[in-house]
Parts: sequence; C-alpha cells; structure tokens
Amino acid sequence: MEIKKTAVAGTLESSDCMVTVEPADKGLQLELESAVIRQYGRQIRKVALETLKRLGVRKGRVSIVDKGALDCTIKARVECAVMRAAEHEGRINWGGMIR
Amino acid sequence: MNNPNKYRLRRTMMFLNCQKPSLIKDPYVYKPDSIMLDLEDAVAEREKDAARYSLYHALQEIDYRGVERVVRINGLDTNLWREDVRCAVAGGCDSIRIPKTENADDVRTVEYAIAEAEREFSRPEGSVLIMAALESARGVINAMSICDSSERLFGIALSGGDYSKDLQVSISGTGVEFMGARQHMVIAARAAKVQCFDTVWTNLDDMEGFRREVEIIHSMGFDGKSIVNPRQIPVVHEIYTPKEKDVIFAEKVIKEIDTKKAQGIGVFTVDGKMIDIAFYDGAKRTIALAKASGVYKGDL
Amino acid sequence: MINAVGREIPEEILEITGKEPFQGNFYRDDKPVTLHGPTIRPVMNNEKSKLVGSIREALEKCDAHDGMTVSFHHHFREGDLIVNMVMKEIHEMGLKDIRICASSLGKAHTALVPMIEDGTITDIESSGVRGGIGEAISKGKLKGLAIMRSHGGRVRSVATGESHIDIAFIGAPTADDYGNLRGIGGKADCGVLSYAIVDGNHADHCVAITDCLVPYPNFPAHISQTKVDYVCVVDEIGIPSKIATGAAKPTTDQRKLLMAQYCTDVVVNTPWFKDGFSYQTGVGGASIASTQYLAEIMRERNIHMGFGVGGLTKAMCKLLDDGMARVMLDVQDFDLDAVRSLKNPNHHRIPAAAYANPLNKGAVVNKLDYVVLASLEVDVHFNCNVVVGSDGMITGAQGGHPDTAQGAKCAIVICPLLQGRIPAICTDVTTVTTPGESIDVVVTDYGVAVNPARQDILQALKEADCVPLKTIEELRDIAYSIVGEPDKVEFEDRIVGIIEARDGTIMDVVRQIKEI
Repeated sequence: MEIKKTAVAGTLESSDCMVTVEPADKGLQLELESAVIRQYGRQIRKVALETLKRLGVRKGRVSIVDKGALDCTIKARVECAVMRAAEHEGRINWGGMIR
Repeated sequence: MNNPNKYRLRRTMMFLNCQKPSLIKDPYVYKPDSIMLDLEDAVAEREKDAARYSLYHALQEIDYRGVERVVRINGLDTNLWREDVRCAVAGGCDSIRIPKTENADDVRTVEYAIAEAEREFSRPEGSVLIMAALESARGVINAMSICDSSERLFGIALSGGDYSKDLQVSISGTGVEFMGARQHMVIAARAAKVQCFDTVWTNLDDMEGFRREVEIIHSMGFDGKSIVNPRQIPVVHEIYTPKEKDVIFAEKVIKEIDTKKAQGIGVFTVDGKMIDIAFYDGAKRTIALAKASGVYKGDL
Repeated sequence: MINAVGREIPEEILEITGKEPFQGNFYRDDKPVTLHGPTIRPVMNNEKSKLVGSIREALEKCDAHDGMTVSFHHHFREGDLIVNMVMKEIHEMGLKDIRICASSLGKAHTALVPMIEDGTITDIESSGVRGGIGEAISKGKLKGLAIMRSHGGRVRSVATGESHIDIAFIGAPTADDYGNLRGIGGKADCGVLSYAIVDGNHADHCVAITDCLVPYPNFPAHISQTKVDYVCVVDEIGIPSKIATGAAKPTTDQRKLLMAQYCTDVVVNTPWFKDGFSYQTGVGGASIASTQYLAEIMRERNIHMGFGVGGLTKAMCKLLDDGMARVMLDVQDFDLDAVRSLKNPNHHRIPAAAYANPLNKGAVVNKLDYVVLASLEVDVHFNCNVVVGSDGMITGAQGGHPDTAQGAKCAIVICPLLQGRIPAICTDVTTVTTPGESIDVVVTDYGVAVNPARQDILQALKEADCVPLKTIEELRDIAYSIVGEPDKVEFEDRIVGIIEARDGTIMDVVRQIKEI
C-alpha cells in the first residue's frame, strides 16, 4: 500500500485508539502515546508494525494515540487509516491482507 | 442444509455499534442470547469502512462465549451491503440480519451473496443463518412469504421505528400502533415454523413501560426482543423464565412420552389426565427456557 | 528482608525508619504498648482570648519552626481549602523541611507540588495521595519518604508518638471563640470531625480554623475547647458542593449492577447474614447498588442490621431511617443525606481511634461481619493494592481498607476484571497495601473467587449455587487471555515511599517511577 495522503481512523474514547497515517519520503516511523504504555507499549508497537507489514506499507509516518484498545482494535484502526490514506476502493482482501 | 443453531434460544438480541470498541469487547458478561453487531443505522456514513475492520477483527479474535453473533448489514438499496456480507462471513459470524426486508426476493438476494461468500472464505455451506427485519407496511404484509423464503431464515423481527413512519403513526408506548403487525407476524412465523422477535424499546428511563411491553409480547408468543441496553436483559429473561409449575409439568410430559414411546404405547397421561403428542414440543421449549434461566437443574 | 506478603523490604529502609517488616495480621496482638502524651501550654488566665487575626499569627504563636510537623484532616475531601491556606502561609514565612501528617490528601492539594520541589515540604504522612502530589512523589521530588498508612494506622502512629504533631490545624464548620468545634451548623458542613480527634488529643498545639464563629458554648462539641489553643476565622474553609455532595444517583451501569447482585448474593448466603449482623460498604456505584439489593432481602426475610459503620452514604442511612438498622457509627459523611441523618438519635459519631486503631483495646472494625471494598488490583494471593496505579504512579489512598478487611469476618472486594486494558486481577499487585490474609471474597463481572483459606465461605456459596464461582487464578487467566499479560512496570532503585501496615510494620515500598 502506498500512503498517498494523510488519513485518520478511530477515536479517543476509552478502549479505542486514534491512528494517523501521513506520507513520508522514506522509511516507516511509528509514534505511540498510550495510557498503558508501561505495561502494553511493547505489545501495541508489535501489533501495529505487523499490521503495517501485512498491508505492505514501507513508507509513511504513523502515529497512534491509544486509550486502552485491545489488539483487535489496534489492527482495525491501523488498517482503516492505511486504506483511507492509500485511497483503496473496491473489495477487501479479508483473511489475506486483513487478518 | 441443517444448521443446529436455527432454533436456538433468542430471548434477547442486543444491538451493538460495531464502530465502538468499548461496546463490542465483552458484551457477553451481560449474558444476552444474541448480539447484533450493527453496520447499519448506528454507524455514521463516513465510518462505514472503519466499522467493517472492527467487525472483522472482533469476530476473529474476541471469544463471545457462545453468544450468537448476528451482523446487521446495510440495506439492499445501498452499495455497502455486499461488502458487509463478505466481511461478516469471512469474520465468522453466525447470522446476518437483513434490514428493511420488503419481500422474499430480498432474502434470496442476500442468501445468494452469503453462499458466494461461504465459498470464497471456505466456510461450510449453510453455516450462516439469516433473519429478516420487517420495517414497512409492505414488509409486514409479506411476512408469510418472507418466512418461507429460505432454509437459512430462522426468524423475522419487527422494526418499529421505520414501520410506524410508514404506517403514518407515532410510537405511543402503549403498543396500540403495533397490534396488527405483531399479531400478523407471530402467526406467519409460527405457520412457517420460524421465530419471531419484537422491536426495540428505546426509553431507558421508563423501565416499567419496558416491562409491560415485554409481558405483552411474551404472552403474544414472540420468541424474544431486540434490545438496546444491557439493563434490559434481566427484565426480559425474568419474564421469559417459566413458572415452577410449568417446568414440573413439562418434565413430566417429556418423561411420560419418552418412556411410553419406548415401550410402544401411544396413550399418555400426566397427573391422571390424558395428554397428546402435541404437548411434546412445547414441553421441550419450556425445559430449554428453564435451563437457560437457571431454574431447571434436572437431567433432561 | 522478605516480609509476610513476600515483599522485599531493603535493610536501609528498616534502618532509616526503625521499623520491622510486616509479620502477619496479629503480630502485635496482646503485646504491651506505651501511649504518648503531648506537651501543652495550659490556659489558666481567664482574660486570655483564643481568637487570632490570621493564620500567620496562629503560626507565630505556636512557635512554627523549620522541621516541624503540621497535621490536617480530610473531612472536606476534594472541597478542602485549609491545607493550601495554611501551607501558603508557611511557605511565605520561608520555613523549610516541613513534615505534613494528614489523614489524607487529594487532588485539591496540587498547589503543594511547588513547595515539595523547593524543599518547604520534605516529608508526607497520609492515607494516600491523588493527583499532582502523587505524581511528584512517584517522580522522586519529595526529599524524604512518603508514608502511607490506613486510618487506623494513623491513629496508632499519632497515639504512640511515632508521629509527633507540633501543630494540628483543624478545619471546623462551626467554632466558638474558646475552641468548641462541631462538624455541623456552618456554611461547609462535613458532619463529623472523627479523623481530627486524635490530633486534638496528641498535638502540642492545636489551631481551629472556621468560617462560621458561633456564640459560646458550641455544644455538644465534637472537639472540646480543652484541646484547642487558638481559633482563627477565615472567609471560607471549604467548597460545600465538593465536601458532602448530593447523594449519588443510583447507577444504571449494568456491569456495576451485575457485580452488586453477585456481592449481595455472597452476603445473604454466608452464615453471618442473620438478625443483628454488622456491615460496612463504600461509596462506589456497585457498593451503593448492593446495599439497595441487600435492603430488599433484609425486608423480605425480616433481618435487621445490628450496626453499620464507616464513611456513610444515603443508602446506608436510609436503612437506619427505615428501621432496618439499629445503629449507624459514623467516621465520615459522603453525602448531604448522611450529614442530615446525624439528627437521628441512633446515628452516632465515633473517633477514628474507636473505628480502626489496631493498638487500642479493640476497635469497632473487629466487630464487623461484612465489609464491601474496592481495589485497583488484586493478585492471585488475594493481596490488594489501593494506592499505586498499575502504571506505577501513586494515585490512591489506603483509607480504612486494611483496617476493615482485617477486622471483618467476611471481607469482600468488588472490582471489574478489566479497567480499560488493565487487568485488575493479576499475578502480583504493583504494591501490596492490604494483605491477602485479610481478603475473603473477590467479586468481578466475570465471576466470584473465594480465598482458599476460607473453605467455610466457599462451601456456603457452593451449596447456595448463587454466583459463578471461579478460582482467583482462573479470573487472572481470563483477564490475561483478553488483554494479554502486561509487561512488568520498570522502576528506579530509589525508594520514595513506604506502605505501612496497620500495626506500623512495613507492608511494601514504593519506588521512583522510571521516565520514558
């Protein structure tokens, strides 16, 4: 996936997270802000990076503001933000790129 | 196609907005019979995509502990519903709720898409069931043919908000405006041997009114009610809990009929009175309800 | 040295504090204790006025000096204006190395943080701290050690002279010019002055601060003129809406109602639920709802409460008004209905000493059948943590938690299994504040666990088949299966605070949080 524009997904409500994806010239940057960073920061980063890898994102700036989201929500928000930023349309590869 | 879940207990079917992680993460603690993960009305137009990603991962990763997972897709008049079906089936949902069902063809259209998705995502054919929400005068009038439309269809549900608008009435809280629809739908569902579910009650400040309405629809023969807040669950379950004397009677009926049948006898008596085989299914339902309500601990 | 709850208490801390590690709940039972008396200046001259024009004047007359200990009570809760008012004067006088001995400190006192940073305040003794002060302590800004002790533990510490109070400041809703103080009748009523009574008895100097001076004698006095040196009248001692709020609306949160139902089911199916039983509960939504469920069953079965105790709420006082409880014993009022209920002749004020001091000849908590508590964390050893957040930051208070949990025959802790992503049931609590030997039942939204040491309770609940029973390990495993096992929070080596057990031994230490 190529990040073509800035896109956001998610909210700042409890158990959710807000993911912002921006285009970048090179490399992948991940910023994380979380109320549970001391206990789950490592796990959140891992899930986010795996998700980005599955989506084939090689360049971009990704920032996550987490409000105690479960892994399934982190994945969903990262995917949604990336798909929006890549201006993806049409059928989605459930179980493939999205899993 | 013989899906064992078709006739499962569905006293409470709780709507949850797919777009709200805090709602969908552990609704099973409230012990509803089914949850209805909503992609339709609860989700804003610009968040339809986000809701699908949430839905997919929730279905894949959250252990809903035996609670039925129904997905309400967007209406057939949108360009969203086909992807909704793919997402829900791929995620592993148990059932799909079709909103604004007008006729039997609507059900068949969705059924075709479901079957296609089952093949695409390697799920057994027939594993995904269907329920149809009737939300217009035409839909309600067509209840009978809708009930007969598909082997996958386990039930129909009244959707009171849109229906009352179509009928050009407002919701009074007394239920008078729904009398015809409710009676008609229950009769159609029973004729087709599928289930029938009542509409939501949205005024959470009026729990007494809610209780009265549940008592009415329970005595009318509805199998359950759509609900919007976990607080409503204990009220419905309490009203749907069989009375002790009914449970005792049902147990006797089942044991009598099972024993006599095994002995090849065709005449059954309980408490000195003759009963016939028609009592059997009702007694089974009573015991199932009693078990779900925690008031039957017997060996049936 | 490893103490009785398995926590390492470093030798240097034992040396600095002269304390012993925690050795179990009944370590000091029946062992002789000598009590401490204050050094006072008698008032014999009948011409002398106790009225002073300002807090500054009071401080000067009480020989305020560097390194002194000043004390406060927390009956005004988040509406308190006294602590900030007094500390501002002390700060302006340029005094240093002050030790604060408060019954509790909260978010209302964040103004103290700069005084911690500049060395005005170097030591804090409190039930706990929330907000800015907690953060400052956790970040290592306090020069000395913060000592967190329970309400009963504070009385013990002051009465035995371990905490020597130079000047006690007692905010009083009403006072007369000779220092008779009451918790009612003024502009900012808190109902009772229970936590301050020990200060009056043991401090060298005692200054009453009021915003409502009444004619002599202000009787019956909750704190007597015989304890008070000076009376200072100010514009405002507290913000009434934040002291005793209107009674909380009954919760409509089904998760809390579910836990409340489980809690009530535990109470009514254990052997102490019979006519004359005793009960304490908290102020949270689930606690209040469970009191209401309990009231229904008490009515059905015609069972009356012998006494209720604690910080009181409308739900508890209603039992008294409805004739369902014989007596209420009051150390704090959480809402205006509880304050109003004090008019009932069977609603009695008791000092914190009578309530919970472990080293007197028997506190009220010893007579409790049930207590219903909350907790930030509970571990698989049933140890509770009510002071330090799972992120390592000091954020709560012991209150009467360790006192009542030890005293009650059946101590029930209610907590939702998950707080956002944080599992409340875990392998090891961040900090032990109440030992597992005191905790009997844990109620969560996912099920109820009974301490295996209490087979009697487990048996009763099994027979009643009333709640979904789980082991505490099962609850933890469910939590971890949903949110993942949390990483261990990292701390610096430096110890910033100690958690004192009721009897003055050390339950645990709190370390400085690591910057990330």
